Amino acid sequence: MHNTWLLIFGMFIVTFIPRMLPMLIKNIRFPNGLNKWLSYIPYAVLGALIFPGIMGAHPESASYGIIAGIVAILLAWFQKQLLLVVAGSLVTMFILQTLSI
Amino acid sequence: MNQFKIGVKSGIPIALGYLPIAITFGILSVQAGLTPALATGMSIWVFAGASQFIAVNLLQSHVPFIEIILTTFILNLRHLLMSTALSRRLTSNTLISSLLAFGITDETFVVATVDEEQQQIKASYFFGLALTSYSGWVLGTFLGSYFSTVIPANFAVGMSVALYAMFIGLLIPSMKKSWQISFIAILSGIFSWVLSLLLPQLSSGWTIIIATLVATTVGFLLPEQKEETNPCTTPGC
Repeated sequence: MHNTWLLIFGMFIVTFIPRMLPMLIKNIRFPNGLNKWLSYIPYAVLGALIFPGIMGAHPESASYGIIAGIVAILLAWFQKQLLLVVAGSLVTMFILQTLSI
Repeated sequence: MNQFKIGVKSGIPIALGYLPIAITFGILSVQAGLTPALATGMSIWVFAGASQFIAVNLLQSHVPFIEIILTTFILNLRHLLMSTALSRRLTSNTLISSLLAFGITDETFVVATVDEEQQQIKASYFFGLALTSYSGWVLGTFLGSYFSTVIPANFAVGMSVALYAMFIGLLIPSMKKSWQISFIAILSGIFSWVLSLLLPQLSSGWTIIIATLVATTVGFLLPEQKEETNPCTTPGC
């Protein structure tokens, strides 16, 4: 079992390298177009993280995740408190789960 | 409020979202035969959710270490993209930035970069954000692995919706401001869905990389937003 630490060390190396490497070239100036392209990455990442993953938020039914997601969209649309968005969709999930619709 | 405190505050929803997932990871790791120290150690050193779940799963199937490490590497290549985008805006020297890069996850990255008006990201802000998220991840793993016998394994069913809700809460304000952002995000979501249906054997890391590359490039080629729809062009207004 002690050599599982070796696995953990290997995983540390291969997760840290992709995170750290771009920081070594942070002072190199990129053309404006490339910077604009990079500025879109957070939104594309968010889109890909939300969908289709949210459908697997509950193992029993994809509709639970979708309904909780719609509640989150509505809450986020009308106010800006992130914790309220999270709480609202968690409560929705619990209700759906308890009623097991 | 200083930047570190703002970072800690921004990290709280991430930490709360990580907690049930990390507890589950701790329980599953012990069930798979890892000691609580190894499970917690993995969270301390690796700090990458999907990779850790997959690693424990592969360990249980006696997959050789080198294959597990390779899978982890492929799964985390997406952070190259995120780190490059973050590096442009992080205002600190190379050494500090490289150390802070350990704290890059999908969640800390999007929280730090989603607000376009915040062009400069201070090192102390990102440190607070990453440290809070990291604490949630490590603490959850510790609790889950050391108390695995008293926590019901399915206690967290459905709770992963918290992170998705946070992603939605981060995305909607930006989508309301710009149709290009809306287009890019929706395209990326649809594209990753289609990819996961067509190529179910593709890892989630690759799906995110490919969907992100396609959606940002298409968005980049779209015409610029018209001035009248966004009258506020001076910084800080």
